[in-house]
Amino acid sequence: MMSTSTLPSYDDVVSRYEPVIGLETHVELGTRTKMFCGCSTEFGGEPNTQVCPVCLGLPGSLPVANAAAIEATIRIGLALNCTIAEWCRFARKNYFYPDMPKNFQTSQYDEPLCENGYLDVEVNGETVRIEIERVHLEEDTGKSLHVGGATGRIHGATESLVDYNRAGIPLVEIVTKPVPGTGVLAPEVARAYVTELRDVIRSLGVSDVRMEQGSLRCDVNLSLNKPGEEWGTRSETKNVNSLRSVERSVRSEMLRQASVLDAGGSILQETRHFHEDTGETTSGRSKETATDYRYFPEPDLTPMAPDPAWVAELKAALPELPRVRRLRLQADWGISDFEMASVVNAGAVELIEATIAAGGSSEAARKWWLGELSRRANESGVELGELAITPAQVAELQSLVDGGKITDKIARTVIEAVLAGEGDPAAIVSARGLEVVSDTGALTAAVDEAIAANPDVAEKIRGGNHAAAGVLIGAVMKATKGQADAKTVRELVIARLS
Amino acid sequence: MTDVTNLTAAELAGVIASGEASAAEVAEAFLGRIEAEDGAINAFLHVDAEGARAAARAVDEARAAGRELGPLAGVPVAVKDIMTTKGVPTTAASKMLEGWKPPYDATVVERLKAAGTVMLGKTNMDEFAMGSSTEYSAYGPTRNPWDLSRIPGGSSGGSSAAVASRMAPLSLGTDTGGSIRQPGAVTGTVGAKPTYGGTSRYGLIAFSSSLDTPGPFARNVLDAALLHEVIAGHDRRDSTSIPQPVPPVVAAARQGATGDLTGMRVGVVREFDEAEGAEPGVIAAYKQAVETLGKLGAEVVELSCPHFPYALPAYYLIAPSECSSNLARFDGVRYGVRTGDDGHNSLEEVMALTREAGFGPEVKRRIILGTYALSAGYVDEYYGKAQKVKTLITRDFTAAFEQVDVLVSPTTPFTAFEIGSRTEDPVQMYLADLYTIPSNLYGGPAISVPCGLSDGLPVGLQIMAPTMRDDLMYRVGAAFETTQTPLVPQR
Repeated sequence: MMSTSTLPSYDDVVSRYEPVIGLETHVELGTRTKMFCGCSTEFGGEPNTQVCPVCLGLPGSLPVANAAAIEATIRIGLALNCTIAEWCRFARKNYFYPDMPKNFQTSQYDEPLCENGYLDVEVNGETVRIEIERVHLEEDTGKSLHVGGATGRIHGATESLVDYNRAGIPLVEIVTKPVPGTGVLAPEVARAYVTELRDVIRSLGVSDVRMEQGSLRCDVNLSLNKPGEEWGTRSETKNVNSLRSVERSVRSEMLRQASVLDAGGSILQETRHFHEDTGETTSGRSKETATDYRYFPEPDLTPMAPDPAWVAELKAALPELPRVRRLRLQADWGISDFEMASVVNAGAVELIEATIAAGGSSEAARKWWLGELSRRANESGVELGELAITPAQVAELQSLVDGGKITDKIARTVIEAVLAGEGDPAAIVSARGLEVVSDTGALTAAVDEAIAANPDVAEKIRGGNHAAAGVLIGAVMKATKGQADAKTVRELVIARLS
Repeated sequence: MTDVTNLTAAELAGVIASGEASAAEVAEAFLGRIEAEDGAINAFLHVDAEGARAAARAVDEARAAGRELGPLAGVPVAVKDIMTTKGVPTTAASKMLEGWKPPYDATVVERLKAAGTVMLGKTNMDEFAMGSSTEYSAYGPTRNPWDLSRIPGGSSGGSSAAVASRMAPLSLGTDTGGSIRQPGAVTGTVGAKPTYGGTSRYGLIAFSSSLDTPGPFARNVLDAALLHEVIAGHDRRDSTSIPQPVPPVVAAARQGATGDLTGMRVGVVREFDEAEGAEPGVIAAYKQAVETLGKLGAEVVELSCPHFPYALPAYYLIAPSECSSNLARFDGVRYGVRTGDDGHNSLEEVMALTREAGFGPEVKRRIILGTYALSAGYVDEYYGKAQKVKTLITRDFTAAFEQVDVLVSPTTPFTAFEIGSRTEDPVQMYLADLYTIPSNLYGGPAISVPCGLSDGLPVGLQIMAPTMRDDLMYRVGAAFETTQTPLVPQR
């Protein structure tokens, strides 16, 4: 593995090289049954309990295509602005691997169900159009578990176990065309694309698109070229299992390729593996001895010929897609492109929308989710949506502030308590006695104390210099441990000294 | 009671239904015949005596309880070992699957059981249905009851020999390039290939998915039609199964048995007549058969199917291509034999050693052929071009059937040959399917009906019909049969 110290800086790399990215995404459809048989697709079952002669590829078994999976694929294609084939076939992709029961994968080759689409994504307030080459339908493989080796990979393992529960789950592959011209933004564009794709597919309700469970999997293709020169040789990085990893893998692969090229080397066309822990990629299977998959039309299945009228119905019935919805929300919330971009980048669209639905104002919702909560998510290295606070709790928090029950500053303490699992904001405020000191008697005493301790300041205020009140307010806040409302204190101070 | 093994399937069903003989007695008679004969013939890879007795008992009990019996209830059937049978060994005559007991029944087997037939056992075949002689079985060749030094045809040679030697009144085979019709012809039995998609492939260990078709063997046309009707019909587990009613094959066979073919137009294919390599005795029997059809009232029309000469080479690209993929699953990982798993060999090595040890020479030859034909850079030239030929042959048939109702030809260019005489030269073996392959590429039904002897060995007449008009070939076949003396081997 290349040591990090020899890597050039990212800014240096993008000043000398142009990246071309490409993304191949696999989405496991959330159909009830598998692609070619009636077995359950549920995640997490005991190994080899969701299998039958068909998905085990037993001699004599035959596939029957799942109509719901075909429909879901067409809807994905339509949402990605693709042309839907009027006639197409499944094809066999032949290669030997133990987690593939038939030693061929039933997939699609030169006749994909959907092709030539695009997906617009927002990066830094700008729209980048990612061209989609194809969307096709295939079956997933089983899962191998290699036991006895140090790496968990097949090499060095003493025993290999295969779980075929996943074998035959419908899998949609979405392939972009190569995306040149993203320059310094390549990592962000890659991440924004996968995020947007995930949101589109989620909005269609055809998959739970959970990267951590493998129902959304991403391979990142990347090449570098010097400006004005032809595109370079690409590497294909697998094992990219989170949105953050998509971004990190592009960046790390750019640095690695640049250092190879700088040293006069050449990039191998190969599969690489991304490692979450180090943030780097290592070489996998070389594609130099590329497998000849010997594709041919699957003779066990009849061609798919979706009726154009039906496809038109599916298109008309598509839900509001995330981007359209974002534009609508931006208008509703009355915020600028830039502000909306911050919301999107923070992954806060749905959270803010839900917070507003729970009674919060759009300003307050944005303030909390983009401010304090984003900061805490960053600190803990998690996605905003993974924080242990719900939109309803954020709305409740804001209503406590608006009602004068707590100050903005105390609200941050309450957030911490919510995140620590202490309950809902109102309950925390009352349990911890965090309510604003609004008892005027107690406050007046604190104000009088502050006046007595700062006679010069008091004199200035009496002379009409109200700006000087800050010092006394600060002293009162300190005395009340921040639980007083600054505005009330100010009024009291001025009233006492008028 | 006479020896029930001499009875036809229709007659057997009759005596069982009337109570003249019990299904159990019938089963015992055939099991006894197998016991006596199969040592010499080797038609069976596995005899399921217990299963047969249980099935027969169930029929007798159903009858005793007054339940209605199907038209073949209690009639024994032998099943080609390429069809999965739940809990009963299924090897496709390969070492690769030695000892494998499938957890499920093929659809055709399920339908046999539902009809109350009695499965006697699994019959020998060329390994994975690749061959025309049953010599490529990993478990030794089957011998022709007409002459034990000769082949019974293939790949369904165990099924044809079992019926010819009266070890079973009926049997099932599969036909990919002629594997029912050619063994039918050389053993003097009736063998029918239904329309592709007319009988389900679910549970057939796949050789060439776009061509494989299960169908019946019998000693006469009506029996074949009875079995055909039991196993045919749409199956939602096979996507290529045709969702249409089964053509009325039994009614057609009964109609044909009147011996009248007035109004029928029968086509003879000029390109077949010009083909070389057919034995004079076969040609003579065939010519006489055509004359006979004319005497029965049929109008005989000579016509041209210009692409038929390309059928054989196209078939030997399509079938091996598909088999190279279909047989990839036999790798020793999940079922069947595993070779070389000694803790040192890698997974890839174990797969390779398993396939090296598990497959016989003809299977390897076809896998290599097919792998090559599908390779990048060759796929268009070979597999792609063969698919085009398939389309052209379909057009030839479609055009022909605008002029005639059925086409006829010899079933196979030569009678049963000596065991060992063609294994050294694969192309000589492949020629056995010269006349049968066009129907497979087209997908239409075809039947072989005995049409006499040549040098003491049976010759078959092939009758080909349009897709889903299987009834037409049964009608013509049954009519022709009325003019023939039943062929019975000496054994």
